[in-house]
Amino acid sequence: MGTPIDTSAIGGCKPEAAICTRGVTRDFQAGQQTITVLHGIDLDIRAGELTFLVGESGSGKTTLISIMCGILWPTLGEVKVFGTDIYQLGDTDLVEFRLQNIGFIFQQYNLIPSIDAANNAAVPLIAQGMDRLEARDKAVAMLEKLNIGDQADKLPRQLSGGQQQRVAIARALVHEPRLVVCDEPTAALDASSGRRVMDLLRDVAVAEDRACIIVTHDNRIFDLADRILVLEDGRITHDGTDVPEGH
Amino acid sequence: MLWIAIRMLTGDAQKFYGLVFGIAFSTLLITQQLTIFVNLIERGASGVYNVSSADVWVMDPVSRTSDVAYALPSTALDKVRSVPGVEWAVPHIRAQASVRTKDGDLEGVAVIGVDDATLIGLPKRMIEGSSAVLSRPDSVIIDDVGTTRMFPGQSPIGERLELNDQRAVIRGIADAIPSFTSTVVLYTKYSQALNYVPGTRNRLSFVLVGAADPAQAKALAERIERETGLKARTRDEFAQDGIDFIIENTGIPLNFGITVALGFIVGVAIVGLTFSLFIRDNIKQFGALKAIGVTNRKIRRMVAVQAGLVGLIGYGLGVIGTVFFIWGFSSNPTFKGFYIPWQIPLVSLIAVFLILALTGWLALRNVLKTEPASVFR
Repeated sequence: MGTPIDTSAIGGCKPEAAICTRGVTRDFQAGQQTITVLHGIDLDIRAGELTFLVGESGSGKTTLISIMCGILWPTLGEVKVFGTDIYQLGDTDLVEFRLQNIGFIFQQYNLIPSIDAANNAAVPLIAQGMDRLEARDKAVAMLEKLNIGDQADKLPRQLSGGQQQRVAIARALVHEPRLVVCDEPTAALDASSGRRVMDLLRDVAVAEDRACIIVTHDNRIFDLADRILVLEDGRITHDGTDVPEGH
Repeated sequence: MLWIAIRMLTGDAQKFYGLVFGIAFSTLLITQQLTIFVNLIERGASGVYNVSSADVWVMDPVSRTSDVAYALPSTALDKVRSVPGVEWAVPHIRAQASVRTKDGDLEGVAVIGVDDATLIGLPKRMIEGSSAVLSRPDSVIIDDVGTTRMFPGQSPIGERLELNDQRAVIRGIADAIPSFTSTVVLYTKYSQALNYVPGTRNRLSFVLVGAADPAQAKALAERIERETGLKARTRDEFAQDGIDFIIENTGIPLNFGITVALGFIVGVAIVGLTFSLFIRDNIKQFGALKAIGVTNRKIRRMVAVQAGLVGLIGYGLGVIGTVFFIWGFSSNPTFKGFYIPWQIPLVSLIAVFLILALTGWLALRNVLKTEPASVFR
């Protein structure tokens, strides 16, 4: 069973925490009304674990994950990723931090339709300034690791949904980021395909020095998590290795 | 990233071709219309350009162009000849007349009488025959535009005309720049022209002057004005007067201006719409790039490269299209001698730059406004 929220770290981040949030609050304006989506989230994510962020639609998990990976400013609170207080960085430094340290796997993959799988996977390296051909070679190696090396020259539209997702995973990992963020990776897949993707992610994305967070509400894969955080109405209500009844 | 930007653009063939077409169409419209405009208004100076040997044109003070002139008394010729610095001065008559062709048609023509002795006033080049034919009785030389207009598909040499009830025989074809109205022009000797043109007391239109020092033509013109009370203009000034007259007295600048503006507006509309659609279709990809860690600066450069590529290809096609248009119609008398001044492609280039800067900026705003976090929604 899950344990209550770990409150021991409040007031300071543990040195071993890959991600540490303290008092993270996020408000949105809806006309004259202010809606608070996150209520002072305090959280530590450890490296070497597959962490699931679970919750119903509207619970705030997308907002929290966006804040944790530096693409959405919190209204209040601080976020440290591998010791860096990311919202203290300037705009350009924050973008650069994401480029160097974070890999994204989006639910819709968001591959560029007019370039082949290898070049899609190479995008982070190219953005880092690596020579395109060298970046492509590395991307092909990553695609081979994901068992789709033979699809490297194909455009996204020539690939199946599962293959496109592997390309997206390759793009997230090719620059060896320390934090991998994955949004609803199994939402569009059947149960067996979903499990295969999760197994794959565990193989390639979980490492001693790497944190991996998966946002999902797919209860078919909850058993694959090392840690499950449940978010309800903008608050962490559960932190454990399994999920409470009703989720 | 620039390579990715180009592949993003060219990968969407429909929009890429739409953008290129928009720019090419605008460039073609702007370049072609400006070319026609410039060449047309320059024809206001064709009468001056056709007489390249005259450094100064002397006329009645109310005369305005080579086609809008008030006759001088014949004594004006001697007055001008007496001015220091005048190397030579010859009479020149330009008048309107009517020609009855052998088919019975009536055609308005311009009759130009050139100096009997020197034949100064004739265009430099002859297409058929030589200037010497004017020494024969009743001889006239017709310009090439007149040939095409009055004698399509046949040689006019030897044709007899009834010119203001006088007999005229065409004995040569001159290679002349057509006038603004493309009127048929008949060249003849001054003494012969006096017979063709209905009599008024004064019939001398201009005195053409050669300067002893052509570099001092401006000073000579001022001296002629001072000493004779007549109006004297250097060749360049008088050519400009003809152009200004067209600009001031016709609706051509407005009409061409409207077409050029339409070219610009159509360009903005097509390119703007297509660019916006392209950005809208790729907004998720741009959002993903921003989330991954591509800076706004790099995104701006990506959009700039996309706009630049479209601009380069579209502009090139538009200019080539204009060149083909001018080349294709070069045998048509209406477009005779048309050329593309270097300033016009430059103007088109600026217009293309403005179209792309405006539409690119509008499209870029959407990209820059896109929150990286939107990719998770």
